[in-house]
Amino acid sequence: MKQILTGNEAAAIAAKLARVKVISAYPITPQTAIVEKLAEFVADGELEAEFMKVESEHSAMSACIGAAAAGARTFTATSSQGLMLMSEMLYIASGLRLPVVMANANRALSSPLNIWCDQQDSMAVRDSGWVQLYCEDNQEILDSILQAYRVAEELLLPVMVCFDGYILSHTAEPVDVPEQGEVDKFLPPYELPHPLDPERPVTMGPVGVPEYYQEIRCMLQEAVRVAEDKIAEIDRAFGRRFGRRYGLIERYRSDDAEVVLLTLGSLSGTARGLIDRYRKRGEKVGLVKLRVFRPFPFGELIDALGHAKAVAVLEKDVSLGSGGALFIDAAAAFIDVARRPLMLNFICGLGGRDVTQLDIREAIRVAGRAAETGVVRRAVRWLGLREKIVGLRPKL
Amino acid sequence: MRITVGAIVTDAGNTAQTETGSWRTFRPVVDAKKCTGCGICWIFCPEPAIGEGKPAVVDYKYCKGCGICANECPFKAITMVPEGRG
Repeated sequence: MKQILTGNEAAAIAAKLARVKVISAYPITPQTAIVEKLAEFVADGELEAEFMKVESEHSAMSACIGAAAAGARTFTATSSQGLMLMSEMLYIASGLRLPVVMANANRALSSPLNIWCDQQDSMAVRDSGWVQLYCEDNQEILDSILQAYRVAEELLLPVMVCFDGYILSHTAEPVDVPEQGEVDKFLPPYELPHPLDPERPVTMGPVGVPEYYQEIRCMLQEAVRVAEDKIAEIDRAFGRRFGRRYGLIERYRSDDAEVVLLTLGSLSGTARGLIDRYRKRGEKVGLVKLRVFRPFPFGELIDALGHAKAVAVLEKDVSLGSGGALFIDAAAAFIDVARRPLMLNFICGLGGRDVTQLDIREAIRVAGRAAETGVVRRAVRWLGLREKIVGLRPKL
Repeated sequence: MRITVGAIVTDAGNTAQTETGSWRTFRPVVDAKKCTGCGICWIFCPEPAIGEGKPAVVDYKYCKGCGICANECPFKAITMVPEGRG
């Protein structure tokens, strides 16, 4: 049934539809409304789950790890500083191969303190062994969380569903909420192979001495790397049941495009409308939206971007001292490919700065010039930067 | 040995397979004449590496050589001797 929902409400309803058994979270803007809603569901008896109040995000993730280790379906949500405080435990969840699912409402990191959207928080934990999905709209948030449980439980990997704070978390739009019965068929109960159980004692998180640690890490790397196929398969199964599918990446009018934008999250929606206008004028500009950032879909991306003359990677994060995290991986995808596009990186929308179609037009203009001349003068640029107040000309 | 998913150890009590005696640099040696069998060393040993009895018996397979037994013995019946020496 269609309902008007904010991104946060869509996330909470998805967790409820997934029949989570344990929720543990700590409030943080802009995520708080998710766990408020879930607390309400539990208090009203609409959701049969344990809501564990904790004193920090570190504890929230620890509680989820404990509950998942006992075999319960768990959920948490956070943002920004909360995710940073969790980061130690994120590596433990993935290392123990526990299928925790988390919603992250993307928000900038301090300092300076900023509660608005960018994707620096989740990008900062991209190496943690969590599957990362980025959503464009509220429907995708709901659908991705449902898919996330299947992915997590079939692969025994934690999954982080990321969506832009405020832009999605606090914006209401129509969302098709599936029937509980349909969700139950898509998402049956699961069993952990070795749960914590006094009848069958196990040790979780043993010491991994040098003779074993490297092999254990390699197993985790392989598990995340090959997760791609399973994520795609589950997305197709979701599509068959609910009529919506998203892919690892989405190609939007990009097949014959000479300049292609590569985006994550809600930025894709802004770019989409602009692409249509370029196309109307007969200009070969397209969009590739990356939905699955970890595992990074190298193959699909090479396939989608290989024909382009120039690729403009727009993203709301920067790996300080290098470039945007998406750019680094996208450029790396082509390292051993003979036919490759010129790659340009546009850092934009940090700390809630609006990314307008005007900004995106500037990126297309610069990438178009690179495509014409075959030269990239500066690989990493900032969009919409007020250079005068920076005091130095940012060069990279 | 195959590593399980998540490196979860499924055979309970496997600590016994780790012979921590190899960690030792000093070895506790019990003087049977001084030992009264009071069991203080057995109480204080952080590993089950010294047994109750008169004289107390050290399990060198697991004794890490921490020296707590020698420190706690009220009768000075235990001496820490460097490994490799008499």
